Amino acid sequence: MHFDDILNCVGIIAKYLLPTLKVFFFTLLFSIPLGMVVALIKKCPFKPVAWIINLYILIMRGTPLMLQIITIYYAIPMLQKAGHLMSVDIRSDSYQFTALIVAFALNYAAYFAEIFRGGIEAIPKGQHEASAALGFTKLQTFFRIILPQVVKRIVPAGANEVITLVKDTSLASVIAYIEIFRKSRELMVTYSNLIPLFIAGVFYFAMNAILTVVFSAIEKKLDYYK
Amino acid sequence: MAILEVKNLSKSFDDLEVLKDISFNVEKGEVVAVIGPSGSGKSTMLRCINQLEKLGGGNVTVCGHNLVTGYSNGKPIYASSAELREIRLKIGLVFQNFNLFPHFNVLRNITEAPRCVLKQPKEEAEKTAMELLRKMGLESKAKAYPCELSGGQQQRVSIARALALNPEVLFFDEPTSALDPELTGEILKVIKELAKDKMTMVIVTHEMAFAKEVADHVIFMDGGVIVEEGTPEEVFVNTKNERTKQFLRRYDSINKEN
Repeated sequence: MHFDDILNCVGIIAKYLLPTLKVFFFTLLFSIPLGMVVALIKKCPFKPVAWIINLYILIMRGTPLMLQIITIYYAIPMLQKAGHLMSVDIRSDSYQFTALIVAFALNYAAYFAEIFRGGIEAIPKGQHEASAALGFTKLQTFFRIILPQVVKRIVPAGANEVITLVKDTSLASVIAYIEIFRKSRELMVTYSNLIPLFIAGVFYFAMNAILTVVFSAIEKKLDYYK
Repeated sequence: MAILEVKNLSKSFDDLEVLKDISFNVEKGEVVAVIGPSGSGKSTMLRCINQLEKLGGGNVTVCGHNLVTGYSNGKPIYASSAELREIRLKIGLVFQNFNLFPHFNVLRNITEAPRCVLKQPKEEAEKTAMELLRKMGLESKAKAYPCELSGGQQQRVSIARALALNPEVLFFDEPTSALDPELTGEILKVIKELAKDKMTMVIVTHEMAFAKEVADHVIFMDGGVIVEEGTPEEVFVNTKNERTKQFLRRYDSINKEN
């Protein structure tokens, strides 16, 4: 490959950074609150609810994300067909993106839920008792006393998930969603050369380098108390 | 009227009966010391009164408000949550392990409850907090975080935090058990000063000399029952009960060894 071709590839792949980032941000936007809700529901004293949550987490963590993406992408139109409902257009960009975000958010929420659960359980009982003795309501205790301490504890584990998500966005290519991984593979075939793939790798690496710096800054900022 | 009335309080954990028919009153301005061996139910009793544990039987009345309105099938029916909250605010609690909020500085540890729970304006809450810190000799630590303080200082902050809600009665659950003897002294000094100001207090403690000095009334518990109670002189000097004598002798011998 000539230098001009390489520059050309960088330019083309860079254009598909946006679809990658869209999957990344929308997944975080939905999976973090959903994970928190799942973690809280799991503490529900009514056992069958906790069983359902456990089953959900087991499936999400126990099967490949790629399989989940394909299943959700094709299952919804199939179910609609079986139910003689109005069918969605599987080829439309909006359906494709929605299916992707549903799959990613459900999968990541399961992981985040377990991280949140661990964080909540690590807060000493005394914090709840002191809050209760001071007359805080359950809601006040959670948002003012418990959650801020949970956030500090889960930053390292959360950073791990977020960094993994950057790389997992490449799985979106399996349902023909075009982002940097899919594009670089196309270019790889066009040029019969591995360099486009290498360029994609550099993009992922750069994104995660930035995230690593951001997360260590967050950790440092939260280091004002033990 | 007594500030606190405990009537026939009982409590079991599964099959283990930890409190059996406990009754006592605390009058306004009175300092009650609860002593007894570990596992005698002292802390559980405190936790039941503070609603950190459910009652097994009996009742607790704080300033005329009943915690339990009745029993059905042996299970207590509690007062409305608004009433329970009101009762809770009449009682301050100081824990053995301080339980300060690590993510708030000292000032915010004290002002958070008055602001959120009593809806006090910020200035008022901070003014009260600074006064309490002055009383505790910790004015200069207002902006410090709990992890930057010694155990004794943390415990003084937690006393200030409890006092900020202006409770009718203050409970101490072994306030010095997590502290070394030097730091114990500074907490005991603070409690003595509160006693001088006629603060009503119930103190679960292993500090016998302190209990003898500061308490108006001493309760000795063992095996979930009140074995002996009375003035410090009645319990410590003219001890009647054999079990109390045995317990106090052990303390005396430890003190002599030291």
